[in-house]
Amino acid sequence: MTTVDTSSPVGSAAPAASATDPRRKGDRAPRRELGLLNAFSHAFLVLWALLTTLPLLWVVIGSFKSDAEILSDPWGLPGALRFENWARAWTEARIGQYFFNSAVVVAGSLTLTMLLGAAAAYVFARFEFRGRQFLYYLFVGGMMFPVFLALVPLFFVVRDVGLFNTWTGLILVYAAYSLPFTVFFLTAFFRTLPTSVAEAGLIDGCGPFRLFFQVMLPMARPGLISVGIFNFLSQWNQFILPQVLMQGDESKWVLAQGLAALAISQGYQGDFSGLFAGLTLAMLPVLAVYVVFQRQIQAGLTAGHLK
Amino acid sequence: MKHGKYPLIITFLVPPLLLYGIFVISPYLQAFQISTTDWLGYSSSANFVGLENFATLLRDEYLWNAVKNNLILLILLPILTIALGLFFATMLNMGGRRGTAGVVGVRGSSVYRLVYFFPQVLSVVIIAYVWKEVYNPNNGLLNGALRALGLPTPTWLGDPRTAFWAVLAVMVWSNVGFYVVLFGAAMQSIPRDIYEAALLDGSSRWTTLTRVTIPLLWDTVQVAWIYLAIAALDGFILVQQMTDGGPNHSSDVIGLRMYNTAFGSETKFGYASAIGVVMFFLTLSVAVLALRAARRERIEY
Repeated sequence: MTTVDTSSPVGSAAPAASATDPRRKGDRAPRRELGLLNAFSHAFLVLWALLTTLPLLWVVIGSFKSDAEILSDPWGLPGALRFENWARAWTEARIGQYFFNSAVVVAGSLTLTMLLGAAAAYVFARFEFRGRQFLYYLFVGGMMFPVFLALVPLFFVVRDVGLFNTWTGLILVYAAYSLPFTVFFLTAFFRTLPTSVAEAGLIDGCGPFRLFFQVMLPMARPGLISVGIFNFLSQWNQFILPQVLMQGDESKWVLAQGLAALAISQGYQGDFSGLFAGLTLAMLPVLAVYVVFQRQIQAGLTAGHLK
Repeated sequence: MKHGKYPLIITFLVPPLLLYGIFVISPYLQAFQISTTDWLGYSSSANFVGLENFATLLRDEYLWNAVKNNLILLILLPILTIALGLFFATMLNMGGRRGTAGVVGVRGSSVYRLVYFFPQVLSVVIIAYVWKEVYNPNNGLLNGALRALGLPTPTWLGDPRTAFWAVLAVMVWSNVGFYVVLFGAAMQSIPRDIYEAALLDGSSRWTTLTRVTIPLLWDTVQVAWIYLAIAALDGFILVQQMTDGGPNHSSDVIGLRMYNTAFGSETKFGYASAIGVVMFFLTLSVAVLALRAARRERIEY
């Protein structure tokens, strides 16, 4: 975090308007006022930064504390780095197992989402056929409604096709609910790609399927990455769908369910350090990946919302 | 391109359509049908009761209580989030103006942009538990600070007077960062010369913001409004994990009512689906209204 100092001349624009500038003197009074305003609003920026980081940092610090330390002084620092809390959460609360489960489910669902989404979007963007408009809006309309409206019947649909309490069921359902945004985003993206390359491919005797996989998909890479990041995060963080569709078998739960169970058992046993360690283990990898790929992730998540 | 067009269309469109039809379209449609029955779940006996569920729903005071909370969210969540988002985005993208031409962000803006976005990449479940502990009356971060300052220490999530507002604060907290980045990206795409012209004309910072920046951002603000309105009608996971609607139903939301009606102690699937259908139309009309209300002449640049 940088300082709140606004009057310092180290900034980018100030040195350019050097002392030789004749207007400088007259500028002074309004400038000081501006400086005050700046310091004031800058304080808000710092405040919000603290507000976002402190709770998260507090949980990470808490994961090293003993239960006694957590109970006696919420603002205190841990007496030692108790990694045994992490170990306990990882094995006893099975966070490690649930991490693996989430990874398996998301690997499957993300692949399926991208494959089906790109295929449908390509067709919508590049071909004219009867019912195209209708089918497109049928897909895209799904973006508007929260998942939980369909929850009750979905439960029975999944049970009736024999996929209740299975990863396959979760993978298919995740992919199905990710399709609206994926199709919406990628259709717009495929439309922006130049048609000339595709035409050249066709003239050179490239078949329509090869054209898609070897020419169009590579060209659409930036769009695929953006929407892939978006889907990865929303599927990784999914909670409502597994809560309903993966109710029984504890060993197959995903990470969010494991955390929920940990929070409930913490309520009974008072194992605060265990909960803090579990939250830390779930949160740090995601934040680490985010810090490294900040640009791509921010662009990926906001891309669909900009015109 | 004509030759061999249909084999490709069919192979590319049928699998996604099947998946989408089975797991998305059909549940939504079934919800309408189930909502007209008295189905209690696992047994197969479901009698057609017409609109009876909807009549019960009108007299259900718990539901109305939840509706009231969602309406408060519907008003406050977008206003607070968009206001904070616009303020921070403005600061980060043009707060560094030092009387000279050019529009620059404040120092360290990239760090702020990094940090503000943190909640967006975390699962709602993690956010719910982190804040549940922050609000913990005895050993929470918040009351720890209040105690040190000698201020009273409320029980936050345990008090019907504060629980709902505590959850609302977390909702705003988790959304602001996203809109800072979104508005920031939109601001970056506004041509610099517009600001230089405004500056030459002696426009003050406030005038520039309200007369130049916000009108040019209107499309993005409108999109933000719709997304936040839809989020406000949801709020289900956060409420369920933080307070479970309590204490004394003070923080209940429609989604939670529906979930507990269907998957709680009594599995009233017919009635729960009726709540779902009402939500469906509520969401639809809010989205349409938001689009209408925000409609304005679009400014091209």
